[in-house]
Amino acid sequence: MALTYSSVTKKIIMALAGLFLISFLIVHLSINLLLLFDSSRESFNVAARFMATNPVIQVMQIVLFGGFILHILVGIILQIQNWMARPTRYKIEGYSQSSFFSKFMIHTGAVILAFLVIHLFNFFFKAKFGEMPEVMIDGTLMEDMGLLVIEKFKEFPYVLMYLVWLLFLGFHLDHAFHSALQSLGLNHSKYTPLAFGLSRALAILIAGGFILIPVVIYVTQ
Amino acid sequence: MNLTLKIWRQKNATSKGRFVTYQVNDISTSSSFLEMMDVLNESLVIKGEDPVAFDHDCREGICGACSMYINGHPHGPDKAVTTCQLHMRKFKDGDTIVIEPWRARPFPVLKDLIVDRTAFDKIIQAGGYISVNTGGIPDANAIPIPKVNADLSMDAAACIGCGACVAACKNASAMLFASAKVSQFALLPQGRIEASERVQAMVAEMDKQGFGNCTNTGACEAECPKEISISNIARMNREFLSAKVCAPKVKEQSGGGI
Ligand code: HEM
Ligand code: SF4
Ligand code: FES
Repeated sequence: MALTYSSVTKKIIMALAGLFLISFLIVHLSINLLLLFDSSRESFNVAARFMATNPVIQVMQIVLFGGFILHILVGIILQIQNWMARPTRYKIEGYSQSSFFSKFMIHTGAVILAFLVIHLFNFFFKAKFGEMPEVMIDGTLMEDMGLLVIEKFKEFPYVLMYLVWLLFLGFHLDHAFHSALQSLGLNHSKYTPLAFGLSRALAILIAGGFILIPVVIYVTQ
Repeated sequence: MNLTLKIWRQKNATSKGRFVTYQVNDISTSSSFLEMMDVLNESLVIKGEDPVAFDHDCREGICGACSMYINGHPHGPDKAVTTCQLHMRKFKDGDTIVIEPWRARPFPVLKDLIVDRTAFDKIIQAGGYISVNTGGIPDANAIPIPKVNADLSMDAAACIGCGACVAACKNASAMLFASAKVSQFALLPQGRIEASERVQAMVAEMDKQGFGNCTNTGACEAECPKEISISNIARMNREFLSAKVCAPKVKEQSGGGI
């Protein structure tokens, strides 16, 4: 079905799914940062429990998985069509562009996806189906998600893996926000230069923020 | 100046091509790139060889025929010029220049550096016009048009249909060309009447011809000899989206045989 959509519709789907994923990253990062500001892990654990039990969030979780699948599938279809449109390559490849990382979206996307699977096994599936340490907070027994995170990031290979992964996320995000606006037709002589700056700022803040967590835990533990 | 040229030679549409190296000597720095090619071709004719076939017509930067992919740039290294307007002083004595045809599935090579750009004509035929009834000529100033819109429309109409945007794009996408043609009409009251049918028909034809999709890289804008802005692509997407949401249903079709 998505196959028969026109180029512009595909890009609009891609942009909407991408913007939704960015909003998810911001929520995810905000909760993770609680770990750095509250060494008792209480606020993080309470937030994690909320995310795991609140019915609205449970529905959003399904929407999120759907968003990821849509973004990935349409991204792959677009890319295959793009490769097919140039069967013979140039001897000297062109090198003019205004958005460098736009040329590597499928590659940075593939790296994100590969590590995402490992990441889900490390935390998400473990919390959902595995054995978890528990703590008592305000009279309720809850899973100590924070401890799981801290134990993981005491191991150097994991810290390194997350560093590389999040760096690629940053590269992907550098050509994400402004590109999505352009795809949606939201271009304006006054605000588009701002969107480029905002896109880079989002990439640095989101990737940098996520990187901070394993690094700080590894250094301080 | 003396130059080494590596030129794509291909006998016809079905034969396999290859690069052939030529030497040209005593090229004037004030000659144009096409004049340099003429010098090469004259020497080939004298030797009894087949001259290099390339498209050209006006030689003054307005027809868009002179398609050459020079050292990784459509229309060569200079900004905002066509190959015919490219001066040899942009190169240095002893340089090696690699010349290739446009590379895109919808632009098959016919011979050497000449490609078939019928795909662009098909996109225009799909909706790149306004329908007017015959009759008396309307008064030029009867319909007021904001100056900004008139200017933006003129900027879009500067597109000469050369195909450099497709050649430059990593996806061989024709979005810059199509969006310029959609925009020049969408910005004017005369063009608004058929705007929603036009954008849907032109996008559909563009996809059908097998051009790639836009990744918003901006290479097209950087290489376009007429400096057409990618804000036109955003306008086309906007027009397309509002046509999809508001106008009666039109069946969509994907490109590239998928
Ligand atoms: C949380 C993770 C992700 C976020 C926030 C994100 C966000 C975005 C955004 C906003 C865009 C720009 C859309 C546009 O140009 O209209 C984009 C493009 C793209 N994304 Fe992602 N993405 C993510 C993960 C992935 C993954 C896992 C893949 C795997 C294949 C992927 C593949 C692509 C591709 C191929 C494009 C370029 C599409 C094109 O224009 O040709 N992304 N992404
Ligand atoms: S948009 Fe520019 S590069 Fe593309 S066909 Fe028109 S003039 Fe040529
Ligand atoms: S020959 Fe007409 S634009 Fe170059």
